[in-house]
Amino acid sequence: MKILVCMKQVPQKDAPLKLNESGTWIREDVSYEVNEPDAYALEEALRQKEKHGGEVVVITTGPARAQQVLREALAKGADRAIHLEGNEFVGLDSFNTAKAIAASIKDEQFDLIFTGLQSDDYGYAQTGVLLAEILGWPHATIIMSIEKSDGGVRLKRELEAGFFQHLEMPLPAVLTIQSGINKLRYATLIGIKQAKNKPLRKVTHAEIQHALGPNLQKIEKLYIPQKQKKTEMLEGSAAEVAKKLVDKLKNEVRVL
Amino acid sequence: MATATVPKTKIAGGSFLIEDRQPEEVFTPEDFTDEHRQIAQTTEEFALKEIVPNLEKIEHKEFAVTRDLIKKASELGLTSVDIPEEYGGMEMDKVTSAIIADYIAKSGSFSVTWGAHVGIGTLPIVYFGTPEQKKKYLPKLASGEWVGAYALSESSSGSDALNCRTRADLSADGKHYVLNGEKMWITNASFADLYVVFAKVAGEKFSAFIVERTFTGFSVGAEEKKLGIRGSSTCPLILNDCKVPAENLLGEIGKGHVIAFNILNIGRFKLGAGCVGGARTSLLSALNYAKQRKAFGKTLVDFGLIREKLADIATGIYVGESLAYRTVGMIDEALRDIDKHSPDASTQIRKGIEEYAVECSILKVWGSEMLDQVVDHVVQIYGGYGFVEEYPAERAYRDSRVNRIFEGTNEINRMIITGWLMKRAMSGQLALMPAIKKLMDEVLSGPSMSEETEAELTAERALVGNAKKVALFAAGVASQRYMMDLAEQQEVMAALADIIIEVFAMDSVLLRTLKLMQSRGESGSALPIAMTQVYLSEAMARIEVAARKVVAAASEGDNLRIQTTILRRLLKHDPTNTIALRQQIATRVIDAGKYVTA
Repeated sequence: MKILVCMKQVPQKDAPLKLNESGTWIREDVSYEVNEPDAYALEEALRQKEKHGGEVVVITTGPARAQQVLREALAKGADRAIHLEGNEFVGLDSFNTAKAIAASIKDEQFDLIFTGLQSDDYGYAQTGVLLAEILGWPHATIIMSIEKSDGGVRLKRELEAGFFQHLEMPLPAVLTIQSGINKLRYATLIGIKQAKNKPLRKVTHAEIQHALGPNLQKIEKLYIPQKQKKTEMLEGSAAEVAKKLVDKLKNEVRVL
Repeated sequence: MATATVPKTKIAGGSFLIEDRQPEEVFTPEDFTDEHRQIAQTTEEFALKEIVPNLEKIEHKEFAVTRDLIKKASELGLTSVDIPEEYGGMEMDKVTSAIIADYIAKSGSFSVTWGAHVGIGTLPIVYFGTPEQKKKYLPKLASGEWVGAYALSESSSGSDALNCRTRADLSADGKHYVLNGEKMWITNASFADLYVVFAKVAGEKFSAFIVERTFTGFSVGAEEKKLGIRGSSTCPLILNDCKVPAENLLGEIGKGHVIAFNILNIGRFKLGAGCVGGARTSLLSALNYAKQRKAFGKTLVDFGLIREKLADIATGIYVGESLAYRTVGMIDEALRDIDKHSPDASTQIRKGIEEYAVECSILKVWGSEMLDQVVDHVVQIYGGYGFVEEYPAERAYRDSRVNRIFEGTNEINRMIITGWLMKRAMSGQLALMPAIKKLMDEVLSGPSMSEETEAELTAERALVGNAKKVALFAAGVASQRYMMDLAEQQEVMAALADIIIEVFAMDSVLLRTLKLMQSRGESGSALPIAMTQVYLSEAMARIEVAARKVVAAASEGDNLRIQTTILRRLLKHDPTNTIALRQQIATRVIDAGKYVTA
């Protein structure tokens, strides 16, 4: 199987975030890491390759620093990488990102495309689904397990309230992978050593610009919520207070 | 992608005292390649996900867990960086070696276990083994199937290891050496598979042997009850007519000291790097606590005296990194051109590392003393909680102490630092004597006008330049007074070592910061500049104390008065507002929640 894994570089989980001057996103001077669900997507792809053979290709968009996620993936065992490199890719909405990815792989024949379920920064969970639509492929989200079957793949999806869905799907397909479905491997020293010699194709914004349109989505304002402390004393007899409390929990706080 | 701007010049060991380097000539953490960064990340991830969750088990001597961790570390390649590829190793540079020692440091106990295995347990075979010995043992050590140990000390010989009583006698048929004696303080003793054991052949010729755990007559004594690193194994070894095949003699008969000293020497840079990593871990623990603990309606990090400690810890890490990676960078440069397939490659590598014996000793002494100060600060920040076992400060405090004892006590290393430099000076290998003479002429001719320059950090450069002069001056005064007898004057030797250590630390941190300023500019280097200024100021004060001690011991009367005047002139500098600088450092570190350099 030939699998493409879409990976994203996101701010580190414990990084202290500061707003940029225009108040539309965070400042760039933070530490970055691989988007967690993408790490699981890569791991799943590597496991599929170990079972069935084939090739794992990783792709990312973003400035030079984003290449780090590709290097990491190559060190873990991906065969080659594609980097849509440039600051122009920062702040693209999901639709344009999906278009950019689709345009950059038009000459490739993948059986499967994996993305993480969502990114740890914007959290839209859209890129994978939109990519499937652009390619005209079927897709499934929140994937818990993947097994190769005769006609395609047998999948397990996570639904709400502890339910799962099992389904069969033909190939090629796009799957968005849930975190925690496998155990992540480490990049070994030998892997890191070998990664240097693996191919990395760079794609410029100019090369795929024709495929992009205006962003359909724009962040107007980003702000840190104001902390508020409000105490309300409920008065009356114990029974009255209890009744008021239940009412508030039900209708105001809506936790009951 | 950035490639390493490793120094291209081969720099003579100890030359930092008499030569000025350009920032481009030193290796710094900012010069790590992508590969180095990834290895640091893999190592840290391994430490956080595998070692940290097992801290309790490690501390309770569940050695099965520890061995399993060594095996897992091996699978990642973390135990075979120094082993040649043909014997199953990764064969990578010494910067990588130091990076792993640095970033694996989350548990003193595990670091010691790992360090003994990859260092003193494995390296004697790497550097002194025959091809057959390497083929037989290195793949097993590289893969973590076997764990290595090193048995030099005895109950009555530690720093003076050559006085060991363990003996080895060749059997009548010449097939075996029969070892008898008892070794002490052997790290990894209870679960190692292979021990490099030192013994005197026929009670006279100090030699090394590769001893397998299963050899007849070999046994391990009871665990020591230690102050710290309690999760590591430390036991005596008992050799009772222990039969060691003749082919397991390591190196030459009577040349055991070459192995013993060289291996310790090599181990020192890793120990130094490990201390830097330990300090980084301790800072994180201190920040986590100080950011949430409230007192007097404020958070601990709002108090000046807590902030001062946090700033000092961060500065210690920054200077430590500068020292450690400059040193290993020089070593890598020296090893660069060695043909790895030449039959004496390991001898050449060993010699290349030996060139920097002084720098390695400095790193060991400086690193272990820095970490001891750091863990002390952290206990203090935790207050009462720092004194109880439930919190990490207490364990770190205990674990740190041994670093000043093993791999050559800091006292022995101070003797090595001054002694080695003096020896090189005498033999003319290092132009120390002409430099001392030139300085003596210069200072006796009275104060000179310093040239005004426009370069960055002018005052700081002048400070480091003067620190070098103080070192030369004090060494000159001491050697004039004691001549060949200087080596016997331990207190003077140690005071000189203190000055030399600070000079190397000051020089290294300044060069790193200047290099950083070239890439980030002055405004992007505010934090490193502040840390450099704080360190230089404090180090200069320590140099003053040591230099006055030397001069007061070596001179009297008019001579002493003249020399004190000269010293005062050399030490003269404007005071630095270290309180404001530390506030600035603390603000950044608290804000980031961890050690940062920007």
